[in-house]
Amino acid sequence: MPTLVFLEHHGNELQKGSLGVLSKAASLGDTEVAGVIAGSGVGALASEAGTFGAAKVWVADDSALEAPLPQPRVDVLAKIVGDGGYDTVLFAASVLAADVAAGLAARLDAGLNWDVVDLVRDGGRLVGKRPALGDSVYVDVGWKGDPKIALVRSGTFEPAATGGEPEIVQAAVALEDFSTRATMLEQAHEEQAGPSIEDADVIVAGGRGLGGPESFSLVEDLAKALGGAVAATRAVVDAGWYPYSSQVGQTGKSVSPKLYVACGISGAIQHKVGMQSSNVIVAINKDPNAPIFEFSDLGVVGDLHQVVPRLTELIRARRG
Amino acid sequence: MKIAVCVKSVPETGSARRIDPETKRLDRSGEAALNAFDVNAVEEALRVKEANGDAEVVVLSLGPAAALDSLRKALAMGADRAVLVSDDAAAGSDLVATSRVLGAALSRESPDLVVFGQQSSDSDGAVLWAAVAERLKLPMVSQASELQLADGTATVKRQTEFGYDRIATPLPAVIAVSDAINEPRYPSLKGIMGAKSKPQETVSIADLGLDAGDVGESGSRTEVLALASPPPRGESRKIEDDGSAAQQIVDFLAEKKLI
Repeated sequence: MPTLVFLEHHGNELQKGSLGVLSKAASLGDTEVAGVIAGSGVGALASEAGTFGAAKVWVADDSALEAPLPQPRVDVLAKIVGDGGYDTVLFAASVLAADVAAGLAARLDAGLNWDVVDLVRDGGRLVGKRPALGDSVYVDVGWKGDPKIALVRSGTFEPAATGGEPEIVQAAVALEDFSTRATMLEQAHEEQAGPSIEDADVIVAGGRGLGGPESFSLVEDLAKALGGAVAATRAVVDAGWYPYSSQVGQTGKSVSPKLYVACGISGAIQHKVGMQSSNVIVAINKDPNAPIFEFSDLGVVGDLHQVVPRLTELIRARRG
Repeated sequence: MKIAVCVKSVPETGSARRIDPETKRLDRSGEAALNAFDVNAVEEALRVKEANGDAEVVVLSLGPAAALDSLRKALAMGADRAVLVSDDAAAGSDLVATSRVLGAALSRESPDLVVFGQQSSDSDGAVLWAAVAERLKLPMVSQASELQLADGTATVKRQTEFGYDRIATPLPAVIAVSDAINEPRYPSLKGIMGAKSKPQETVSIADLGLDAGDVGESGSRTEVLALASPPPRGESRKIEDDGSAAQQIVDFLAEKKLI
């Protein structure tokens, strides 16, 4: 089962989510696991892909691929899937990857399953696990025909440095006219100082219970002490207390860090679906009946304005 | 100028949603509503129309016959016309099958601008626009938090994980808007009264020149194999802060080897 993994890069770094999917693919014991890197001046990234499990790396290096736009990448992947005979194409979910995966599915008349949180082999057949309806039910999903395309929920798989030097193949770049009509006028710059929330091992999140935007400093201080990133609920993003890029939830990002600390967050379904797959959830909320306590590992009923600064102090002291 | 908005009728939020264990499809027998994310798409189309004067807004959907009720909300907001593709053969269509149907329905309309909402609240899908744009061979931009049209070009501010991109594309194009792009209007009483008399067309798969084999389960490339309960979380502790909560959190994190 030759598998191709889309390797997303930003700021000259392969994204952790993509590497996690690559490592997962390698662990399934497939006959060939390859990665594809599409961009401009990206050849140097190929060897890292080998480290995380790619036996072969296709490098599509072309100035027309410089901007992270999806449609030219569909052209690149469609050709590689055909040339390399890949029957499975995996993506770590992102704004870019979702658009590439869906465009590729339509181009190749192939099945796309999204929000996949696990991939298993069941008697040689690939099966994806997918939470649905606000994660209230888990669905086993399959594919009819090849290639099988999957978008893996962000943060699902950890990269494992088990591979070696990959074979590097230059991929031909031939783009469709309609694929190049959209053009990048100005590309996003890194706005946040800390780690991006989708790659962070620790996330400290603030909700309406903070009382006002000025209290976000409590969340930021705790995040800093823990070496983590700051996230926010939709309610406070809507209220303009914090930027959208940090929003976790149904309309924001889905995250699954090792530790998620929820400060003043009630745990509405809109937020829950974006963070409930976190390894350990600690919630601080003054309402003992807040739904967040139903899916927290440690729930603290108390005033976050007291608990959070004290917690930050204790962790700082511990870290010296 | 013609603007098409692709929308979906979904189970009412707050209703007990379930997947039918027999068909392994979402149970759509209960109350339905216009997908909340699509309301932003309709609103944005109406704003484009209002800014450009001479424009028509068509809402387009694939769904059961009863989905027309949900589409009427878009008409009440101000959309001019609704087209519903409804066909028993199309039930259970996955992404590729749905994109084939919508692609065919959109080709029939030849709009200058196709607008999608951010996601469907029932399937959590947030990819359909990219598949439809591929079918139509049109440029596509997703996650638009601002949209401006001038001289046949759409300029989009796109939210990504890294901040905001600015992307330009000539029309015709497919644009998927985020729910941060606008604050949708409420339909006026006059709008609600007038919605029923606006043109509402229901078309079949055959009307679009498609075969039953192109759609529904036979046209789909994914399948649902089994349903299961979500894995249970581990034991959960809940404490009241008596002044020692911060210390207890530190102890807990140390026990979990997180600090």
